[in-house]
Amino acid sequence: MTTETYNIIKVGIADLQFARDADHLRTSGLGSCVGVVIYDPNIKVAGMAHVMLPDSKSAKQENLNMHKYADTSLPILVDTLIKQGARRFALKAKIAGGAQMFAFSSSNDMLRVGARNVEAVKAFLAEVRIPILSEDIHGSSGRTIEFSTENSMLSVRTVNKGTKEI
Amino acid sequence: MAYFESLTQFQLDTLKEVGNIGSGNAATALSKMLNQKIDMYVPSVRVVNYDEMMELVGGPEELITAVFFRIEGEAPGNMFFILSPREANAFVRQLTGIEDFSVTDEDNNEMGLSALQEIGNILAGSYLSALSDFINILMQPSIPILTVDMAGAILAEGLLELSQVSDSAIVIDTMIDDHRDDTDPIKGHFFLLPDPDSFDKIFSKLGVSDQ
Repeated sequence: MTTETYNIIKVGIADLQFARDADHLRTSGLGSCVGVVIYDPNIKVAGMAHVMLPDSKSAKQENLNMHKYADTSLPILVDTLIKQGARRFALKAKIAGGAQMFAFSSSNDMLRVGARNVEAVKAFLAEVRIPILSEDIHGSSGRTIEFSTENSMLSVRTVNKGTKEI
Repeated sequence: MAYFESLTQFQLDTLKEVGNIGSGNAATALSKMLNQKIDMYVPSVRVVNYDEMMELVGGPEELITAVFFRIEGEAPGNMFFILSPREANAFVRQLTGIEDFSVTDEDNNEMGLSALQEIGNILAGSYLSALSDFINILMQPSIPILTVDMAGAILAEGLLELSQVSDSAIVIDTMIDDHRDDTDPIKGHFFLLPDPDSFDKIFSKLGVSDQ
């Protein structure tokens, strides 16, 4: 028996991180935010983005945090993976999150940001032809996700439903 | 335009003072409701970034009890009142006499949950009416929404408006002391997240806008 040893690399809110070989990528407490993992299963490199908002065009900030928005974070994610040796044609994706935490009856567009985040992520992945192999999206629960670069499984934990692998 | 990162100590002290007025009102309301002496005070007002905000409540994966309000009126924004499940349970048990109440128990806790929502409502209402009297800007809380889930998932939702202009938020720490020997003061947090445009309105009314 060998003991598996790996590092868990934490991905913060509006953040982007990479892992290779046996290491894991983990982000905690996804609500309306979406966790996007893109990886090359054979080369064993992976990147995880924790995106908060769909579109950087809505930003009024001077020092834009590129990792906050789906439209700016995901291109960096793909480019960096390629630089790290991933093969573009082999890239796959898994996504989780995009919940609506508060059931508010309001016309405020911010309150359905989870659904809009998911739309933006899927639109980008479709455009660059990266297939989504599995997803756990929408609903009204927070999620913590952890991706194993070793076996490409994404574990998704919620408070009420425990942990599942997708 | 100045956002949180550039708030002066004087502006923060002003917010803390308003916080103490508001929590004084809230304590009076709660004392009447519980029929015992309750004190509330604001030990500090801070500007924190997202990750610090998560750490304040135990990390993004920590289970928290949050009452969320949309602030409506002339200076709209978001507001949270946050307790740990343990503190929320103690509070509700005391208020309702339901000895086995637990926020995480899905059955038969409707009465307790609505009591908790009501506590949140009183506190937020008192705080906001103090603030709005003090600065003469109309602000009212929406219907409270109670959620028990991971801190990251809940708090990020309230940060969305703000996050388009800033990566920080204002935290008004609140201590609730029920003067009983067997219990520590309950530590609650109010997170006040004015929408970007509201911020300048509040400070110009306070007479402490940027020199």
